[in-house]
Amino acid sequence: MSRDLILGSIRRSLGVTGTEAPRRTVTNDRLSRHPRGVVPERGALSPRKRLNLFRDMLAEANGTLQEVASPDDVPAAVADYLRSKNLPLEIRRGADPRLEAIPWQNEKALEVSVGRSDGRQLAAVSHAFKAVAETGTLVLVSGPDNPTTLNFLPEHHIVVVDAKDVAGDYETVWDALRKKVGKHFPRTVNWITGASRSADIEQVLLHGAHGPKGLHVLVVGRP
Amino acid sequence: MTVQIASPKFKSNARAALKDAQLQRALGKVEQGFVGKRRMVADRLPEFEALRDLARDIKDHTLAHLDLYLEAWERRATEQGGQVHWAATAEDARRIILDICKRRGAKTVTKGKSMIAEEIGLNDHLVEHGVTPVETDLGEYIIQLRHEAPSHIIAPAIHLNKDQIEADFRRAHAELPPERNLEEPASLMAEARAVLREKFLAADVGITGANFLIAETGSSVIVTNEGNGDLTQTLPKVHIVLASIEKVVPTLEDATTILRVLARSATGQEMSVYTTFSTGPRREGDPDGPEEYHVVILDNGRSSTLGGKFREMLRCIRCGACMNHCPVYAAVGGHAYGWVYPGPMGAVLTPSLIGIDKAGHLPNASTFCGRCEEVCPVRIPLPKLMRHWREREFERHLSPATVRWGLGFWAFFARRPWLYRPATRLAMKTLARFGGRRGRMHWLPLAGSWTRHRDFPVPERDTFQAQWKKRLKAEAKQKAEAEAAAREAEKAEEKARENVT
Repeated sequence: MSRDLILGSIRRSLGVTGTEAPRRTVTNDRLSRHPRGVVPERGALSPRKRLNLFRDMLAEANGTLQEVASPDDVPAAVADYLRSKNLPLEIRRGADPRLEAIPWQNEKALEVSVGRSDGRQLAAVSHAFKAVAETGTLVLVSGPDNPTTLNFLPEHHIVVVDAKDVAGDYETVWDALRKKVGKHFPRTVNWITGASRSADIEQVLLHGAHGPKGLHVLVVGRP
Repeated sequence: MTVQIASPKFKSNARAALKDAQLQRALGKVEQGFVGKRRMVADRLPEFEALRDLARDIKDHTLAHLDLYLEAWERRATEQGGQVHWAATAEDARRIILDICKRRGAKTVTKGKSMIAEEIGLNDHLVEHGVTPVETDLGEYIIQLRHEAPSHIIAPAIHLNKDQIEADFRRAHAELPPERNLEEPASLMAEARAVLREKFLAADVGITGANFLIAETGSSVIVTNEGNGDLTQTLPKVHIVLASIEKVVPTLEDATTILRVLARSATGQEMSVYTTFSTGPRREGDPDGPEEYHVVILDNGRSSTLGGKFREMLRCIRCGACMNHCPVYAAVGGHAYGWVYPGPMGAVLTPSLIGIDKAGHLPNASTFCGRCEEVCPVRIPLPKLMRHWREREFERHLSPATVRWGLGFWAFFARRPWLYRPATRLAMKTLARFGGRRGRMHWLPLAGSWTRHRDFPVPERDTFQAQWKKRLKAEAKQKAEAEAAAREAEKAEEKARENVT
């Protein structure tokens, strides 16, 4: 009932019936063509410079970044980060095939468990779908192998991303996602730009409000 | 907490706020925090102004096709397993949300920051029916402990100092050791994090607002810096999104364009920390996420606003830039406005939602300096809209007798120029005599409420019209002299040429 009331009231205000063909054509076109708006030129760079921009923008949002040559180097880099933060050598990760392919057993002291977070884990490792240089933003997509809880509950979040997946702007990432998933948009798409923060007390900027206090990005391979 | 309407008392609220030393100290930080940071990120993005134009156009386009985009969004959201509930009024929305909570036997509900939840008085309604709401945004949590309304739409506790918050935490978290140190903002935040973490994990239902609904994908979008919205919507079995009808945008690209101006205008960040696009409930095989995903879509008078002079207000994306840049907000803070939405956007929106009879003071509480319009990311002409409310207030005979009498008196003269000119000339001469040589007046008849707080400047000796006339005369004289000089020069030149030949 409310539905008809609201739509009726909107149509009265707009002076339309809702059946006008030209209006339908305009909206259907926009939805199917999803035209790009103004895309800042900031991210239109060579792959190397794009990665540098990503690193700089991430640093502004209090995130850190390390480049590693191959997936084989990830376990040692993860262990190094945990040690630098005085954390136990334990991580929880999703079952993403790219994380499965990493030789975790090479880092003997590192304890690796797989699955969602129940709030007790201090550190998690996720694999990003893409990264956006424009603002230093990571794009993560939920699914059976990528639990969303890993992005928010642990105190430290380590995100692995392939160097070739660092895009200049968000629009490039949307197109890649559409290509990958078709009409079945993922349940959750997370844009993450830096570590959790709040300035609600006297406008003093503090990190680690409810989400991770630390965000560390491992970029794998050459850009 | 439900916000009681205190807008009719704006004048006494403002007087009290001006005398409140603690509040004045807190308000002093608004300008140094938000304004400078916004300027910096806007300046470093060459496309910022073009993005603002485009954000405005996207909103206008969507509003002109609102019925169709809402239908498209509903279709997609439902296809992906979402449940859409339409709520024409605040009461409808409260009933729908309570029904969902009851059906799931919910005892506690975590909440992300939602101004619409404040607008419909959701928390009190839940409490009355045995459901405990827990605000999880740090600022909202603090004001919930104090049973206060937010004083800013993105920084709800901006009116408080840390000593007050420390006292609240000691009172509310009585089970923690009393000797603990809570002197620093960091220790306060750490305590809130620990206390709220338990609430997140125990909640039966999570309620968030929405910054956008996306028609293309059927998604809802929230933007936070703390991550509280994500814990609110990911951990409980049920996620309820509370959104108003004007939140819909057509595509992911359109949402992206507006996101590029939202955080920059709000907090001066390049992008907020967490921007989350949610579409439907947990999918098969997903290890986490809610089992049910509901969207309550609220009208509450907005569809009528769409048809009138105030349609442009529906472009608002709730960034708070207008209040951050408002001299009136900076002087009296958000609570003086007496309801959910303060500052310039509140001065335009509140009369539409609670009536001009109750909120008439708000559009009058403006210096019309225009800074709000200058910084609005979707270019809402806020001063013009406030003026419309003033006109409507006058038309409906709601303005006080002194204002009406004064305006009538002025209009009598203004419509009779032959009377107006000598009258103003006389008034100015009189005022000048009052002011004497100091050029300022400490007291003026009929203007006591002005001169009590500051001096009244003595007017220039002449009226504007008289000065303008003088200026035109002087310009004409100058022009005539210049022309005469040019003629002389020409003549001299001619003579010189004749002499040569």
